[in-house]
Amino acid sequence: MANSDTQIKKLEEKAKQIRRLIIQMLAKAGSGHPGGSLSATDLITALYFAILRHNPKDPSWPERDRFHLSKGHCCPLWYALLSESGYFPKEELMTLRQFGSLLQGHPDRRTPGIEAASGSLGQGLSIALGMSLAAKMDKKDYRVYVLLGDGEIQEGNIWEAAMAASHYHCDNLCAILDYNGFQIDGKVKDVMSLEPLVGKWQAFGWHAIEINGHNMRDILSAYEEAKTIKTKPAIIIAHTIKGKGVSFMENVVDFHGRAPTKEEAEKALKELE
Amino acid sequence: MELLYQRDIYGETLVELGKAHKDIVVLDADLSSSTRTGVFAKAFPERFFNFGVAEQNMLATAVGLASCGKTVFVSTFAMFATGRAWDQIRNSVVYNNFNIKIVASHAGITVGPDGSSHQAIEDIALMRIIPNIKIIVPCDAPQARESVIAAFNTEGPFYIRLGRLKVPTVENKGEFKLGKAQVLAEGRDLTIIACGIMVGKAQEAREELLKKGIKATVINMHTIRPLDSEVILKYARLTRGIVVCEEHTVIGGLSSSISEVVAVSCPVKVISVGIKNRFGQSGEPADLLKEYNLTCEDIEKAAQSIIA
Repeated sequence: MANSDTQIKKLEEKAKQIRRLIIQMLAKAGSGHPGGSLSATDLITALYFAILRHNPKDPSWPERDRFHLSKGHCCPLWYALLSESGYFPKEELMTLRQFGSLLQGHPDRRTPGIEAASGSLGQGLSIALGMSLAAKMDKKDYRVYVLLGDGEIQEGNIWEAAMAASHYHCDNLCAILDYNGFQIDGKVKDVMSLEPLVGKWQAFGWHAIEINGHNMRDILSAYEEAKTIKTKPAIIIAHTIKGKGVSFMENVVDFHGRAPTKEEAEKALKELE
Repeated sequence: MELLYQRDIYGETLVELGKAHKDIVVLDADLSSSTRTGVFAKAFPERFFNFGVAEQNMLATAVGLASCGKTVFVSTFAMFATGRAWDQIRNSVVYNNFNIKIVASHAGITVGPDGSSHQAIEDIALMRIIPNIKIIVPCDAPQARESVIAAFNTEGPFYIRLGRLKVPTVENKGEFKLGKAQVLAEGRDLTIIACGIMVGKAQEAREELLKKGIKATVINMHTIRPLDSEVILKYARLTRGIVVCEEHTVIGGLSSSISEVVAVSCPVKVISVGIKNRFGQSGEPADLLKEYNLTCEDIEKAAQSIIA
């Protein structure tokens, strides 16, 4: 599918707006995870505004495509996208992590548009697998998308799920790996290396697509390619930059789990104008 | 006396429910011949998924299925369901409050020769510390069926604990109601509250005690949550103390549940007949029950110290 320049431009603008919301929410909340939210912004913005079949007015529409955020700590991204799509009013975003908020520190079913909780890493691929099996049993054509973190796939549960998804030929399942190269204790390659990653997924029976996770054109064609794969699941291994879009957050491990201060947020928002 | 496998009845009940309800899905992790989910797999292959030796994936996958409207029965040995996949149960199954029924077999010390690694003696505790999950420990095979049907008919997550051995059927239990204990006999001297295979032993102990002129109330506490506090307090008031019998560690299971209730509202003596701060080991079930003080005689001894 040819993606027009105007569509690409629109998505890039949308992604910028989502990044702005992420910074604003986190600065207000005073805690949370900007780095991985910003690195996955382009990937999941493209998904929500160009790929996903969903209806924000009817979050439980049975025919909807499913999305699950397995790396739950990056929920500011999810919340921004859900709000921007119309699942709940934008004002809610500024209640992130507060007592009584719809928006918990990690994803939770109380938030409209969220299918299942996450936060304890490594379980989301299995949850997506369950959704994929349900679609097959019910002979429904919805697709299932799940976002994984690179540190997250060090969890053994991920590889159990990877094995099972290929065993059960889950070609309606598309995983997206936000490969930003950093985790809490430092560079992924120093903490617990994942390479050769494409080969690992292929060896588990998956169709792997490697892309630049900040190039909208690449992102859209990767989603389209994944749709064409038959008899096996697909994974988009997206090379990204942690903290993408805010110069002083890019590749800075400290911003994995630290919210920007008021001053930092102002500076960041200027960069995102 | 009739001896039946609880898991045989479980398999049959799954098939019976599966016939009537198309949204039932069953999962297992390479133990479908032991847990008897294999019977369902044969009847409804398109609604059965084997995950191989991967319990964590199985429990989390159940969540995805349940989020799409399925009622999911998940089975493996109690040790691997509640131990290996505890985080998946806590954070994904129960926190989401999905319609997932964990029916685990081979619980307790009577697993026998396989030894400690396979003897789940802390599974009730592991499930009970998670908010809201309903817990049933059926005392015999017919009650395993009633438990599975009750779990199917009640929204939300369940843990049902089944054993490995053939067990005698406890007669005249009356109607099974989730969360309502069954008073099997009444006596004013003391109360014996039991679950699982210990219910039959409690009844035997009652007969022996009667010979000595001691009259015991015997209660089958098949539901650990929601716990029937009303019946516990009633007999705490009517009798001189409570003996709690469970094929489980005395920490965190039925005995703890009952102590928590009486400590607040009617402090009476509670003596636990259960496994005391030890791991299991290999052996024939009868030898193990003796070694771990889970016999009829152990219940009698505990009863006598209540009235002493």
